[in-house]
Amino acid sequence: MRTHTIELPFTPEIISNLARGDKVILNGALFTARDAAHKRMLEYHERGEDLPLVLRETCIFYCGPSPTPPGRSCGAIGPTTSSRMDGASLILLKSGLLAMLGKGERSPEVENLIRKAGAVYLTCSGGVAALMSQYVVSCETFAWEDLGPEAIYRLVVKGFPAYVSIV
Amino acid sequence: MHDIRIVPSRDIHDAILDHYRELSFSLDLRLQDMFRRDLAIETEPGAQEILEDMLKNAVIAEEQNIPPCQDTGTQVFFIEIGNLVHISGDHLESVINEAVAEATEMLYLRRSIVCDPLYDRVNSGDNTPAVIHTRIVPGSEILIHMGQKGGGAENMSRLIMLKPDATPSDIIELVVETVVAAGGKSCPPIILGIGLGGNFESCASLAKRALFRELGESHPLPEYARLEQEILLRLNETGIGPQGLGGNCTALAVHLETAPCHIASLPLAINIQCHSHRHLSFRI
Repeated sequence: MRTHTIELPFTPEIISNLARGDKVILNGALFTARDAAHKRMLEYHERGEDLPLVLRETCIFYCGPSPTPPGRSCGAIGPTTSSRMDGASLILLKSGLLAMLGKGERSPEVENLIRKAGAVYLTCSGGVAALMSQYVVSCETFAWEDLGPEAIYRLVVKGFPAYVSIV
Repeated sequence: MHDIRIVPSRDIHDAILDHYRELSFSLDLRLQDMFRRDLAIETEPGAQEILEDMLKNAVIAEEQNIPPCQDTGTQVFFIEIGNLVHISGDHLESVINEAVAEATEMLYLRRSIVCDPLYDRVNSGDNTPAVIHTRIVPGSEILIHMGQKGGGAENMSRLIMLKPDATPSDIIELVVETVVAAGGKSCPPIILGIGLGGNFESCASLAKRALFRELGESHPLPEYARLEQEILLRLNETGIGPQGLGGNCTALAVHLETAPCHIASLPLAINIQCHSHRHLSFRI
């Protein structure tokens, strides 16, 4: 197991150096999206509309943060169960998505497609969201504010620890 | 003739609101002791690191008023109302929901409830409605159990209608199978609430209520206390470990509650609680 410090976004070159079980320390921007944002991304995709994100330059974090209290950089931050997004991920991976961060296993179809697409799936610890918030520099609504906690938030992280699960 | 005790619903609202900070940010000290106990037992370095993170998380949550998990849950209430109590003023459920909405705003809890389950999943914006169970019991007190139940572990929970000839080992196997299928998704090490008996809906309710028992306390009947211990032992032999990444510590406690049931039935409900077990109880 090796540890890599990564300046986001992921590139095919960075991903080619990773192996399952490696630890990664992330610096840069993560974009949250969970159930409702994925549903909307698929609706956009079906209509052929552009997403607010450039998938190739995005690491999607399956996370719905708690609101940011005054004077803080963010609320509680942690991963939700990735497998709920499996269906949508198949389409997003085919559209260029390179990196996902969440919790738990993926379906065999998603796993195969991640490898075929040269993408990466990372996991981080669930249920330690006060601790994880210490690695977040800022949390801003990026798109689809109407979805509340399920909106897309841009999280700038520094030293955020995660593990390579599928590559 | 017994004296009726009048409790203004405003007092219940205020008491619930007063307890919300503790519920939202302070993890049970017994739970933290269990993390420490498991840290001493755990041999896998990865598992040890996760348990250490869980202990650090509890400290940061408490000191910085940050929820220990971003999923601040469904707000669950089990309320036992003494038969001699009369609640005056506004309707009980409405004052509870008022307190939930105020706590959500005041404590920056995540809004995690949608108004309609299927066709119109629009966020209610304030975590209402809470799930509220009330029961009339003898006496002149009100006992309030309140909890925040995250969605990940709840999604992996199960209700099974067994036949009356099911054996204790059948039950152990089904529980183990459920926890293994949940793997890392339920954020282990878990606490397990098990309902055995009753009917379809009361069995599920028993399993949830079991989670409000003082952590690690056994069933009062020795054969069921043994069954709890056997299940706990078996769960910790699965190798799932903290966060499902391997290890000896998969479950922290098993709480089983029983109820009489129909001659044709043996309902079994398994409610999984993640390690971020936010619950408290108080009396008015």
